[in-house]
Amino acid sequence: MKVSLEVFRIALRTLSQHKLRSALTMLGVTIGVGSVIAMVGIGQGAGAMVKAQIEGLGSNMLLIFSGSTTSGGARYGTGTAFALTVEDARAIARECPAVAVTSYAKRETNQVVYGNQNWNTSISGVTPEYQIIRNWPVARGTFLTQRDMERAVTVCVLGKKVAQNLFGLEEDPVGKTVIIKKVPFRVIGVMTPRGAIAGGGQDQDDQVFIPFTTAEWKIIGSVLPGYVNIIFASAVSQEAIPEAEQQIKELLRQRHHIPKEGADDFNTMNLKDIAEMQAATGQVLTFLLGSIASVSLIVGGIGIMNIMLVSVSERTREVGIRMAIGAKRNDILVQFLIESVVLSCIGGLIGLALGIGGSQLLSLLGHWPVLISPLVILIAFLFAVLVGVIFGIYPANKASKLNPIEALRYE
Amino acid sequence: MTEPVDPKVLIVVRDLHKVYRMGEVEVHVLRGVSLKIEEGEFVAVMGPSGAGKSTFMNILGCLDYPTSGNYIFDGQKVAALNISQLAEIRNRKIGFVFQNFNLLSRMTAVENVELPLIYGGVPRRERRSRALEMLWAMGLKGRETHNPSKLSGGEQQRVAIARAIVNQPILILADEPTGNLDSGSAEEVMTIFQRLNSQGITIILVTHEADIAQYARRRLLFRDGKVVEDTAEITVGARRAVPLPEEG
Repeated sequence: MKVSLEVFRIALRTLSQHKLRSALTMLGVTIGVGSVIAMVGIGQGAGAMVKAQIEGLGSNMLLIFSGSTTSGGARYGTGTAFALTVEDARAIARECPAVAVTSYAKRETNQVVYGNQNWNTSISGVTPEYQIIRNWPVARGTFLTQRDMERAVTVCVLGKKVAQNLFGLEEDPVGKTVIIKKVPFRVIGVMTPRGAIAGGGQDQDDQVFIPFTTAEWKIIGSVLPGYVNIIFASAVSQEAIPEAEQQIKELLRQRHHIPKEGADDFNTMNLKDIAEMQAATGQVLTFLLGSIASVSLIVGGIGIMNIMLVSVSERTREVGIRMAIGAKRNDILVQFLIESVVLSCIGGLIGLALGIGGSQLLSLLGHWPVLISPLVILIAFLFAVLVGVIFGIYPANKASKLNPIEALRYE
Repeated sequence: MTEPVDPKVLIVVRDLHKVYRMGEVEVHVLRGVSLKIEEGEFVAVMGPSGAGKSTFMNILGCLDYPTSGNYIFDGQKVAALNISQLAEIRNRKIGFVFQNFNLLSRMTAVENVELPLIYGGVPRRERRSRALEMLWAMGLKGRETHNPSKLSGGEQQRVAIARAIVNQPILILADEPTGNLDSGSAEEVMTIFQRLNSQGITIILVTHEADIAQYARRRLLFRDGKVVEDTAEITVGARRAVPLPEEG
């Protein structure tokens, strides 16, 4: 049986003779496809947003914390032991081939004062490499330099939130002086906003960066000189992250003289793992939303089947006439099948338009991140066509099995 | 086939039986019909309702298989053909004309006439010109794009005839073609049938009306599933009257 253009033309004509009925039947598929597109778009958009945030942390980055301490039977949390040193960080950079750059930091929470404003925030003493590892540009001014490090200059770079709290929205902080622990610091830059780390982490914009040396000597104190809270390491590539992690562990165990059976006195954290975990969560969300929407597409298909069954019984006589003048069973089957497929295709196309338009509107008005991939569009549309075929087969088959004599007598 | 078929013989039926099963009851509609119809004949099938005329026509029209007995149409044993092949025979060799016209109401006159050509696989452009030609031959110029509801009964039946002959069939089966027409239109339609018959097309029509049957050159009278009278046997004169199988 040749499915020519002719068959489609006939189907379109037949459908256009019942405009309201066809439109209502299509509506089911339209809503189904539209909601699949919109729901999956929202799910994927949320996933992409989380992924971008985590990648913004520096996707090649490894964090190394000191391990926990136990004091009087009470175990303190990660980072409470002072196990990591500046020398560890330098050794990692020097001896681990999979590591490109390292940086390290000392942190303390403190009050920052500007004029009559003050703000309690995290003071991070870092090295200039920190900016490279985090891949974090400044919005204004410059970041800390090697020279600032060497001379322990009292300069600072403000996080966006700190800058806003101390200077408001209008005043430019660069060149102004703030006081931290009674020491005046000249503001040399303001970071671009990064937002809070997804998953309840700290707000990255709520901190002040000062040179590590300045922090050690003038702010945080030098009870334990040379010790750091955290080491940042950047792997040479994303693929090298597991390798870098392994190398760092081995090196640190060796440097800390940990016996073979002994536990690490440090923890490493790999942002790629977190990113993948988050992406998986996003996928589950997408899948859930998508499958809920698919149900409505199937309901739309049942609507098509219903109308096609009505149509077959209404047109029993027509089927009889067509058979009498030479239509084969296949011709009748194809005719009805094409009708239901055309219904679902047109409904699907309108659904695509509505789904894309609707989700764009949602992202525009509701500031929801929406991501619509061509693949989803293709799958949703093919699914609609498939619904047309699956739910069209039964009525079409029923029509094609009619007895021409009885069909001709049908009133 | 056991015996050679005369090339001029279009239809051979031998001891045709048709039994319908309606629940528990078996209804014996045809009880052994045997006859031959030659090419170019004009046959009227008559008889009271329930005599088996329509069933006989359905079998002749390849819309139905007989329960038993032989039907050879144009040299082909119909029982040996499958449903698809029957559809092809209906499309290429047989034209149907019905009492209630049976036009597709949502299509124009010319589209109705085109239908058999669509299933015959005729290309679009040729289809349209052949359909128009047929309509014009039926005197329907100017009515081509009318829907059936906008046409009179006589006009509708002429559209139906155009549809029946557009694929150049060798047989036309007409089931009470004038039953729904006034006498003027009926006469028109019968004149058309005569003209087609004179062009060599075999015509078999069912009718109740004696004056309509006058147009035919041979009459078959059905009663209780059997042919009880066949004018061919009388006029052709051959005394070899087909022995009609008796009941029981």
